[in-house]
Amino acid sequence: MTEKKVIETGISEAPPRVGEWQRFQRVFFQRKVVMFGLIILVLLVITAIFAPLLAPYNPTQISMKESLQQPSGTHLLGTDLQGRDTLSRLIYGSRTALAVGFGSVLMAGVVGVVLGLVAGYFGGIINMVIMRIMDALMGFPMILLALVISAVLGSGLLNVIIALSVATLPGYARVMHALTLTVRENDYILAERAMGASNMRMMFQHILPNGLPPMIVLITLQLGALILAEAGLSFLGLGIRPPNAAWGAMVADGRRYLLTYPWLSLAPGIAIGFVVFAFNLVGDGLRDALDPRLRGLL
Amino acid sequence: MTAYIIRRLIMAIFILIIVTLIVFFIMQLLPGDPLVIFLGQQAGTGSISQEQLEQLYIRYGLDKPLIVQYWNWITGVVQGDMGESIYYHEDVGTLLLERFPVTLDLGIKSFILYNILGIVMGMIAALRRGKWIDTFATVVSYIGVSIPVFWLGLILIYLFGLRLEWFPIAGYTLPTEDLWKNLYQSFLPVICLSLMGWAVIARQTRSSVLEVISQDYVRTAWSKGLTERGVILKHVLKNSLIPVITLMGIGLGLMFGGQVFIEQVFAIPGVGRLLVGSVFAQDYQVVQSATLIIATIVILVNLIVDISYGWFDPRIRYG
Repeated sequence: MTEKKVIETGISEAPPRVGEWQRFQRVFFQRKVVMFGLIILVLLVITAIFAPLLAPYNPTQISMKESLQQPSGTHLLGTDLQGRDTLSRLIYGSRTALAVGFGSVLMAGVVGVVLGLVAGYFGGIINMVIMRIMDALMGFPMILLALVISAVLGSGLLNVIIALSVATLPGYARVMHALTLTVRENDYILAERAMGASNMRMMFQHILPNGLPPMIVLITLQLGALILAEAGLSFLGLGIRPPNAAWGAMVADGRRYLLTYPWLSLAPGIAIGFVVFAFNLVGDGLRDALDPRLRGLL
Repeated sequence: MTAYIIRRLIMAIFILIIVTLIVFFIMQLLPGDPLVIFLGQQAGTGSISQEQLEQLYIRYGLDKPLIVQYWNWITGVVQGDMGESIYYHEDVGTLLLERFPVTLDLGIKSFILYNILGIVMGMIAALRRGKWIDTFATVVSYIGVSIPVFWLGLILIYLFGLRLEWFPIAGYTLPTEDLWKNLYQSFLPVICLSLMGWAVIARQTRSSVLEVISQDYVRTAWSKGLTERGVILKHVLKNSLIPVITLMGIGLGLMFGGQVFIEQVFAIPGVGRLLVGSVFAQDYQVVQSATLIIATIVILVNLIVDISYGWFDPRIRYG
């Protein structure tokens, strides 16, 4: 692929051919900030998986005797109004954040990619209808659409995932659509067609793989945005059902005690910020490492 | 140019029609009967006979096919009749008219603020690449897109409202009533609303200035002996702002989203707060209309952005 391009464009000072994986390793793994983000994410996943082992207390255990305690040796981050341990709720909240993030990415990603692919591949009226619906969905501010849909569907983990998936769907469709338009002009697609490959085969075996690198980048950046949106919804009271822990809802619950027990709101907010920050760092790192236009520059 | 504008206009109208369909469809997804929800709010259910229920069905046109219901709703909206709020017992149009100026006031302030801050910071960061200002800009852009806006609001309230007592923690006054009080009260909310836009705009400006700065015509401008100000303002800034303009339209959507939270946190009586309240009060007439209006504004602004984009950059027009 690369060598062919060099001949076509006639760039005389073409950079020496480096394997994609080698370049990826160099650009992605050797950057300190990106590694910092990756470490946070790994820690987050470990926290979510091993939450029952890591959390010192049961996150939903109500104990009015221990209501509203300041951080101390027994409760490292204090307790909330119902006497629930803040640290334990924070640890379990990571499960909610990741479940919503990955759930929505999976749902919206699959549907969005297929829609974008079909629209771009077939063109014409199919393209027109699908892409204008995506444009219309883009017209709604993401959080607003998610708010309205989850209001209609009601609270609960699955409903939040559905709401956020609908709201983020057009992003994937647009990227895949644009990509399909460029890729389908390639000669190897023409060759495939000449050999009599079916539409399905061309779309999913030959065009789709090209979308993998930009999709990985988009998904990573979207995960951050989704966790932010989930926190927002649960802050407003539309997230998962209580008493399950969600960071946004914890921030909202702690609001009333801002002056006396600031940690109740501060801690979950810092958690959200850090995780979103980490996803953004890693997403940018991936983009730089996977962007073919930066080949030779980075 | 005219053909380009007409093409864009037709597309925007088409998209707007789909938007109305989406809003209508989402409201149809409501579990249960809208009329039952309506009556449940009005009075205790059970006191209404089957016959009365049927009469109400006919009165509100709910016995008609969906397409007719949609048509009735949309023609009403176009004529400014958006129905009645079951919670406030007021005309939805009036309710929204009362609250939109508040949201727009905050929105316009932060729009101006974040665009100026973002463009200036992004440009300086690119021109002084690798210096402390560049690092600072990068840090701000990461923080801006990572911090939850509602949490930032609470932190600012905690620091500047409760601890230092510099700013009020809630409330709103219209600028027409008391401009000074309005500016004072909206200071913290506007800062919160602007951070994300600031980050996004600064980032885009930085990267597009860096791209433009290495172009041949910039080198030519330098070698002509132009002053730094001449090169930067005339050749670099103008060309690098083109991609930034598109972001302004997208930023508007982000900001409306942010206002939902900010109005909640600072107890500001705007559309965002009305919307959240209506969601919980199951006041779907209000939710439907407010969503539709916000989406319409976003689409219209993006239309203007698209058109101006074509005007700034002829390559788009003929592309």
